[in-house]
Amino acid sequence: MSETPETPGTVAAAGEQPSISRDELSHLADLARIELNDAELDHLAPQLSVILESIASIRDVASVDVPPTTHTLPLTNVFRDDVVVPCLSPDDALGGAPEVEQQRFKVPRILGEEQ
Amino acid sequence: MTIEKRTAAQLVEALAAGETTSVAVTQAHLDRIAEVDGDVHAFLHVDAEGALRAAAESDERRAAGDSSSPLDGVPIAIKDVVATKGLPTTCGSRILEGWVPPYDATVVARLRRAGLPLLGKTNMDEFAMGSSTEHSAFGTSHNPWDLERVPGGSGGGSAAAVASFEAPLAIGTDTGGSIRQPGAVTGTVGVKPTYGGVSRYGLVALANSFDQAGPVTRTVLDAALLHEVIGGYDPLDSTSIDQPLPGLVDAARRGADGDLTGLRIGVVRELGGEGYQAGVLARFRESVDLMTKAGAEVVEVSCPHFVHALATYYLILPAEASSNLARFDAMRYGLRVTPDGHPSAEDVMRATREAGFGDEVKRRIILGTYALSSGYYDAYYGQAQKVRTLISRDFEAAFEQADVLVSPTAPTTAFRIGEKVDDPLAMYLNDLATIPANLSGVPGISVPSGLADEDGLPAGVQILAPAMADDQVYRVGAALEALLAQEWGGPLLDRAPELTGGAR
Repeated sequence: MSETPETPGTVAAAGEQPSISRDELSHLADLARIELNDAELDHLAPQLSVILESIASIRDVASVDVPPTTHTLPLTNVFRDDVVVPCLSPDDALGGAPEVEQQRFKVPRILGEEQ
Repeated sequence: MTIEKRTAAQLVEALAAGETTSVAVTQAHLDRIAEVDGDVHAFLHVDAEGALRAAAESDERRAAGDSSSPLDGVPIAIKDVVATKGLPTTCGSRILEGWVPPYDATVVARLRRAGLPLLGKTNMDEFAMGSSTEHSAFGTSHNPWDLERVPGGSGGGSAAAVASFEAPLAIGTDTGGSIRQPGAVTGTVGVKPTYGGVSRYGLVALANSFDQAGPVTRTVLDAALLHEVIGGYDPLDSTSIDQPLPGLVDAARRGADGDLTGLRIGVVRELGGEGYQAGVLARFRESVDLMTKAGAEVVEVSCPHFVHALATYYLILPAEASSNLARFDAMRYGLRVTPDGHPSAEDVMRATREAGFGDEVKRRIILGTYALSSGYYDAYYGQAQKVRTLISRDFEAAFEQADVLVSPTAPTTAFRIGEKVDDPLAMYLNDLATIPANLSGVPGISVPSGLADEDGLPAGVQILAPAMADDQVYRVGAALEALLAQEWGGPLLDRAPELTGGAR
C-alpha cells in the first residue's frame, strides 16, 4: 500500500461524537484493500461508530508535554555479526504459494486498467 | 490418579521414577482428546503420529540417561498462532487455512529441543482478536465447566485443553489478556511474561508492541517449569531482553509454603467495582484476605489513567494490526481468490481479504486504517501513545507502594456462547483488567480464585509485578494457590463436571 491514506471529513471537535458513515467506511475498506458488500457496509458502519464513540474520550486525556510510548522497553539498535546461516530452500519458501512459475511467486498483473 | 489428571510436575516425577513412559503419557492424552474433544473443540489439528514419535525419542533419551530438560517427554498443545514447521498454522482464519509453515517459532524450536511432544494446535479467535474463540473461522471452543459457555479468548482452545485434561501444558499468547482471561474463566493458570521475556519470532503478529507468548497450565509450578523452557534471550527477536530469566521454578517452589510475611500487596482501586460480577468480587476479596492472613500487608493503590486503558488499547491495537495484516495479500502464501475477468493484483487482494477475513478482523483493520489516516493520526493514535505513557507512570507509582498489584482477572465468569458475538464493545470489556499490563509490558498471572456464587463458574485473581520481576508473579501466585487449595481441600478443577461422551 504505497499511497498515504486520506480520509474524507475532519476530526470531530471536542464534545462532538465521531462516527463513521457508510461512505467513509467504503473508502476506508478501499484503503485497507478489503471488498465489502452492501450487507457488510450496513452491518459494520454502525458497529464501528459505537466503538469510535467509546474510544473518543482519549482525545482530551494527555497534555502536550507527555512523551508518546511506542515501546515499553528502552530499545537500542541490536547488531549481530555478519555470519552466513542456513536459510529456507526455494521449495520451502514457495511451498505455500498460491501459484508458482519457474521457481518464482506468480502474481496477477500488478497495474490497474487505468495505469 | 489417571495419567491425564496429573500435573506436569507430577508427570516429570513419574517419568524420572520409571513409573511410566512418554509414549504412555502422550497416548493417554491423545486418547483423552479422542474421547472429549468432540464436545470441547479445543484442537484445530492433532498430530498423533508426530507426538508419539517425539515421545518414543524422549523415552530413548531417558533410557540412555540423556534427558534434554526437566520437561522432556511431557506433551504440550500449541496455540495456532505460533508457527510449527510441518504442522498447519491457521490463526483461526480462512485466509491461512491449510498453510504449513516452513519454519518453527523460537518457542516451538525450544520445546522440541527440550523434548516435549507436540500434541497439536489449539483453537483461537481469528488472529487472536476476541475474548471467546467465537471469532474462530473453524468453530467455537467450549468451556469444560459448562459446554454452553465460552472458554474465554483469544486462547480459549489452549485453556480448554488443559482444563479438560487433554494436555498437561499449552502455549498461549497474550496481547490484551488472551492467556489470563481464558485461564480465569476455565479455572486454570495463565502467565503473561514481561514483554520481551519470551521470543516473538514465529508468532503471527497481532500487535507487536503488546504480544507475548506464555504458559497455559493447571498449576503455578507447571507454568514456571514451562516458562523456563521457552523464555530467555533470542537474537531472532529484536525486542527480546538480553538478560537471564530470574529463577521462576525456584520462586514457585518457595511461594508454595504460603508464607507472605513482609510482602506488600496493592489492590488497584480502578480494577473492581462497577461492571464486575458480585461473585467474582467476593472470591477476589477472599483471596486478598487469605494473603493478608499469610502475612501480606494490603494497601489500596490508585492508577487513575487505567480508566482510559481500554480506549488506548483499541486505538493502538487496530493500528498495529491493520499494518501487520497487510501481509495477507494473496501473493506468497495463504488464500487467493481470483475474481472473474482480468483482475489486477489489487482486485485479487480485495476479493481474497473479503473472503478470508471474518467480521472482527475486518472491523479492527478498518478501525486501524481510520486511526492511522492523515487528519486523525494525532487526535487518536498519537494521543493513545501518550496515554500509554501515563498508564506506565501509574504502574511506576503503584509499584513504589506495593511489591505486586492484584485485581480480578476478568470482570465476569464465562458468558454464554452467542451472547456477545455481535456486540464488539461488550466483548472488549472482558479485557478491562488485563489490558493495562500489556500497555506497560509488565508480567502477570491469573490464578483460580474459586467459583462465583451466582453461577458456580470459575473466577480468577490477577497478580501483576514490575517488568522483569516475573519471579514475584510466580512466588505470590504459588502462595495464593497453596492457600486456596488448603481452604478447598484440593485443586479447583476437582470440582469441574466429568466430561462424558463427545468423542471426536
